[in-house]
Amino acid sequence: MNGIWIFAEQNNGQIAAVAFELLTRALRLAADSGRRITAVTLGHNLAESELQRLIDCGADGVLHASAPPLADFLPQPYAAVLQNLLESHHPDILLAAATTQGRTLLPYVAGRMRAGLTADCTELAIDPDTGLLLQTRPAAGGNIMATIKTPLQRPQMATVRPHSSRPAPSLPGRRGDIRRWTPPAALLASPLRRLHFEPFSEERGVQDAEVVLAVGRGLRKPDHLAVVRAAASELHAAIGASREAVDRGWLPYAAQVGLSGKTVTPKVYLAAGISGAIQHLAGMQTADCIIAVNTDPEAPIFNYARLGIRAELLPFLTALTARLRARRNTAAS
Amino acid sequence: MRFLVLVKQVPESQSVQMDKTTGTLIREAATSVINPLDVHALECACQLRDRLGGSIDCLCMGPPAAEHTLREAIALGADAAFLLSDRRFAGSDTWCTANTLAAAIRRLPAYDLILCGERATDGETGQTGPALAALLDLPVATFASHIDRQGDDWIIRRLLENGYETVACPDPLVVCVLKEAAIPGLPTLQGKKRARQADITRWDAASLDLPGADTGLQASPTRVVKIFHPDHRQQGERIDARETDGLAQAVDRVVALLEQEGIL
Repeated sequence: MNGIWIFAEQNNGQIAAVAFELLTRALRLAADSGRRITAVTLGHNLAESELQRLIDCGADGVLHASAPPLADFLPQPYAAVLQNLLESHHPDILLAAATTQGRTLLPYVAGRMRAGLTADCTELAIDPDTGLLLQTRPAAGGNIMATIKTPLQRPQMATVRPHSSRPAPSLPGRRGDIRRWTPPAALLASPLRRLHFEPFSEERGVQDAEVVLAVGRGLRKPDHLAVVRAAASELHAAIGASREAVDRGWLPYAAQVGLSGKTVTPKVYLAAGISGAIQHLAGMQTADCIIAVNTDPEAPIFNYARLGIRAELLPFLTALTARLRARRNTAAS
Repeated sequence: MRFLVLVKQVPESQSVQMDKTTGTLIREAATSVINPLDVHALECACQLRDRLGGSIDCLCMGPPAAEHTLREAIALGADAAFLLSDRRFAGSDTWCTANTLAAAIRRLPAYDLILCGERATDGETGQTGPALAALLDLPVATFASHIDRQGDDWIIRRLLENGYETVACPDPLVVCVLKEAAIPGLPTLQGKKRARQADITRWDAASLDLPGADTGLQASPTRVVKIFHPDHRQQGERIDARETDGLAQAVDRVVALLEQEGIL
């Protein structure tokens, strides 16, 4: 039986944290089906120690396609190289993270290969009767869940929602087979060129964050953002926003959570001064733990919150920041 | 400059109602609209056309009623519209949808820029744009927050997880846009008039030379096994923190939850 592959994305030569979440998924599927796990990375000369981390966390083998044009993600060379590898190794399953890379690369490869692909899965399992991959994903803003399979085409491809599983534990020094491959130049052509990259300044990206502190109309004025930033800093949280807060120019679009913004799945989502319109809920209702702070006891967000706090945003965040600071100082002394 | 904008008809999310007892979506209550992100893609095309010259075609696959969506697109500024409609297209997954759209695009004179919304609000896969680019053998720029033209290049600013990336690419190119890419205006009176009078070209599977085996459910690699309605609502703990005591208690509980979740 052919194996399970994960696409281990990298940025600046570092394997992304989501790759280790994919290994958790792959290990579970491998345990249910006895398949071998291969992690595929595309990049330029990744360090052996980076590749070994994938072995430490459960990969049986690592396949590293290395060439200067693969240093940063470019859809066409990445797709051509991955397709070449898939066609020469015939894995049964290919998983990638539902990140901007995975959600670009996998549909491109699936388009080329006429393969079945399921987007943004939150559950994966092997059907005990058929051995097929059962891929479950939310749609329509989390209001519908669909389980999807690919009966005939191979590989069975899925992107997996970030933060939907824990990273696989590391067993340093675990043995595995690391292979490097230089793809032929013909696969590396790209009319599209990367010009530059501006990282977000002090603020964390809302999509990658374990903790999101999101604010809405309850903020009342942009001056109050300082209080939000202080709390976010203590919480190590990314700052999110409702559409209202973005439309009023308080926060950038990059922070918008909801149907016309980002879908986030942090461990903790703290919604402060957000009523919870259906469009907002669509972007965050699958977070692990939702804490809502609102003055209106009838705010819909309270129906989705593990902890609902009836309070004004400012005094609450100020008190929380003070408590977290005190706690940190006690721990430090 | 020839622009193509892909549009999809989706249930209107504003009109989506939830069943209060089951927490599920009441589908019947939803009216159909043009997919919101596609309106941003169309607005991008309109702004580029107004600056660089050229014309905008819109392409939609959907039921006959999706003609409404295409008239809406014309009212918003598109010049011509094509509807791919055939019962045989029913049940298409993202690969099959992209394949059908690609078959139509190959029959039309070449485009310089093909735009679509980053995802549709119903299926939310975001896969059709990149899959279409793959089938047409074109480069693709996803998660676009800005599109510009410099010399012979499209300059695309992309919103990634940790920052903004800028890429350059000559024609032709497929771009999947975010809401940030352009702020749509309202349809003009003149636009509405053009929309009423416009001829919408309608193509079925036969006019695309797509044999039955290459359309709809039977040509789709994926199958839906089951659909269910999760209920994320919960009867959580409530604290009234409008007074000082409540506030201290609320902060205690938040800290405890953060510890429990392994954050602190």
